[in-house]
Amino acid sequence: MDVMDRIKSAVEENPVIIFMKGSPKLPQCGFSSRAAQALMSCGEEFAYVDIIQDGEIFQNLPRFADWPTFPQIYVDGELIGGCDITLEMFESGELATAIVAARTKAGLPTGESDKS
Amino acid sequence: MTIQSIIEQKLEQVFTPEFLEVVNESYMHNVPEGSESHFKVTVVSKDFEGKMLIGRHRLVNKALEEELKSIHALAIHTLTPEQYFEKAGKVADSPECLGGSKSS
Repeated sequence: MDVMDRIKSAVEENPVIIFMKGSPKLPQCGFSSRAAQALMSCGEEFAYVDIIQDGEIFQNLPRFADWPTFPQIYVDGELIGGCDITLEMFESGELATAIVAARTKAGLPTGESDKS
Repeated sequence: MTIQSIIEQKLEQVFTPEFLEVVNESYMHNVPEGSESHFKVTVVSKDFEGKMLIGRHRLVNKALEEELKSIHALAIHTLTPEQYFEKAGKVADSPECLGGSKSS
């Protein structure tokens, strides 16, 4: 599959997805780490793509949503922004609201995530 | 001319900010001394009124399109004059480096 199609399906198939350096448990960039922490703190499952492990996505993601930097966080198929926006939305409570709305829209349960 | 002063000049021109701060945070990262790789910008401008965060950040990214090709990280804080007043000038600190920059 073409890389742009791969990004598109990842974004469309997951109500919440972060493209980051490393994984949420082993982040390799402070900005990725903080954004993933904010998502985890919302208590719902989310998908992630480690762009260090996928050079093709690393190269092409910036032109997907015309956004030059990483991490990139998508909720309900839309780019919400990078680390700074995600943190601001987390602090205001908007992030949790948006995540719950996106999961509900996708027919997924909310408030059941195992936080361990 | 340093990248820092180019960034300052461009943001000044595009947003005529009420407050502008450009901090070179490269020293926080695993790069040679004197590097210009990691920056944090705080822009307070009336231009952001009525715009969502993503729209504001897109404007900043656009203004610094050239610089973003060479720098490694850009933390962006965009506020309207009213928000800046409410926050008493406080924006979040940038995170510590975790070493992933070498892959880019």
